[in-house]
Amino acid sequence: MNMLDIQLPGLDLKNPIMPASGCFGFGKEFGNLYDLNVLGAIMVKATTPEPRFGNPTPRVAETSSGMLNAIGLQNPGLKHVMADELPWLNQFDVPIIANIAGSQVEDYVTVAREISKVSNVKALELNISCPNVKEGGITFGTDPLVAKNVTEAVRAVSEVPVYVKLSPNVTNIVEMAQAVEAGGADGLTMINTLMGMRLDMKTGIPILANKTGGLSGPAIKPVAIRMIYEVSQAVTIPIIGMGGIMTAEDVIEFFYAGASAVAVGTANFTDPFVCPKIIEELPVLLKKLGYNHISECTGRSWNKHEQFANHRA
Amino acid sequence: MIKNEAMKIVSQQEIAESIYELTLSGSLVSEMNQPGQFVHIKTGNGYEPLLRRPISISAIDKENNTFTMVYRAEGKGTSLLSQKKNDAAIDVLGPLGNGFSPEAAMSGETALLVGGGIGVPPLYELSKRLTKLGVNVIHVLGFQNAATVFYEEKFQALGETYITTVDGSRGTKGFVTDVIDKLSDSYTTIFACGPTPMLRALESAYKETKEVFLSLEERMGCGIGACFACVCHTADDPTGFHYKKVCSDGPVFRAGEVVL
Repeated sequence: MNMLDIQLPGLDLKNPIMPASGCFGFGKEFGNLYDLNVLGAIMVKATTPEPRFGNPTPRVAETSSGMLNAIGLQNPGLKHVMADELPWLNQFDVPIIANIAGSQVEDYVTVAREISKVSNVKALELNISCPNVKEGGITFGTDPLVAKNVTEAVRAVSEVPVYVKLSPNVTNIVEMAQAVEAGGADGLTMINTLMGMRLDMKTGIPILANKTGGLSGPAIKPVAIRMIYEVSQAVTIPIIGMGGIMTAEDVIEFFYAGASAVAVGTANFTDPFVCPKIIEELPVLLKKLGYNHISECTGRSWNKHEQFANHRA
Repeated sequence: MIKNEAMKIVSQQEIAESIYELTLSGSLVSEMNQPGQFVHIKTGNGYEPLLRRPISISAIDKENNTFTMVYRAEGKGTSLLSQKKNDAAIDVLGPLGNGFSPEAAMSGETALLVGGGIGVPPLYELSKRLTKLGVNVIHVLGFQNAATVFYEEKFQALGETYITTVDGSRGTKGFVTDVIDKLSDSYTTIFACGPTPMLRALESAYKETKEVFLSLEERMGCGIGACFACVCHTADDPTGFHYKKVCSDGPVFRAGEVVL
């Protein structure tokens, strides 16, 4: 029996595990290591209308149980992604979630209109939360009205469901979630990285050339869990959870908080085989915990326990 | 092919101040074919340090299924690694990157191998390959001071070897370029690995007259080309969006290929 299949808007997932955008490129490098068909979906690297080189190096700095990155949305641009990267991924029976970014609303609209026509792109992930670019990115993701507007504009042109990636760098995450839901979002992905900084011991100056970067890894997991816990009770659209997932246990915790699927990011750098490992371990863990299907875990942290009485018998 | 293996420590010893020589055994060695490639090592068991550490391969012994690395215990990760004892298992991902091609130099020719500090180790396997191909080798190896010099005799056994130290406590006082400037112009190819200012100096001085190959260093995330942490501009498009990834396109590039 399949204990892991999940249906979400636009996404027919054989399991709810997918690599997070920005941590998996467009799949080619990991495709050399294992069969990508095992994945539930793939969230590919952010695509902008034109190619971007991104920020100067150093672009990464390690932190306690985490890392900072300031890549700066490097990508080969919409044309190349559509002509080369997405067709290559077509050999796999895996839905693609295309992460789209830009510095103005028109950029998001341009990319959304074109990329949502590609056959294996089953959903968009609207990146309004990248902390590492000067224009756009996070500025769209910290003001509820601006976030709602860009969601509406993208929703109007997209041929596939739109998931909005929320930034944790806000005072009121629920307000943001409700704004993009009102803007027509089909789902949420959360959380993006937390803005941070690390200084060099010898020189005293920031290690990252961009000075600040986005914090990811197990260090941010409690923040993600708390935010998903709050948001999942305040919206009706599903949440793909992310933020420091390293193990199958972490996945279950995200489901308990209110997620319906999850993405694995930084862990791919520590262990490039982490996604297939988690997918293999999940059914064993679910059985041990007394569940028949992973969907039974969603929202357990705030749902009434009586609702789960059956499978615990 | 890139593999992930729990490899066993055959030996580990401190061969100079904070410089460790570590030999591991396992089937992953059969995938190692090129000097100048590196491995990505998980130095701890928990979430700290979270990322792997890229360390270059200094010697490959296929007969015994072992390979050797020489690294400096400096930060948290490499210090942890230096405390591991014989028979302990080490999580290794590799071999990674594109290394040096010994075939760039022909039999009977002379190659100049230039190393700076912890850039010296990959030149050892390269030098062994070159001498096997009948190439004469000259080594110029730069260190901070006498206490941090390593592998002097090993390199001497393969060819002419010059040591420089910044404080003059061993060999010539100064930088590798101080020695190279005085060498006779007998070599056709330069292979170098070390700090970026050293690579830059070699590139600007010899790019036009010699075949020059440089091994770059950059902070890495994944080590396999997926995260875009270690990119550099290509020389033909120094401010545009054309790029090379140090981890998977390099770490070795021909001088003039990328912006240093």
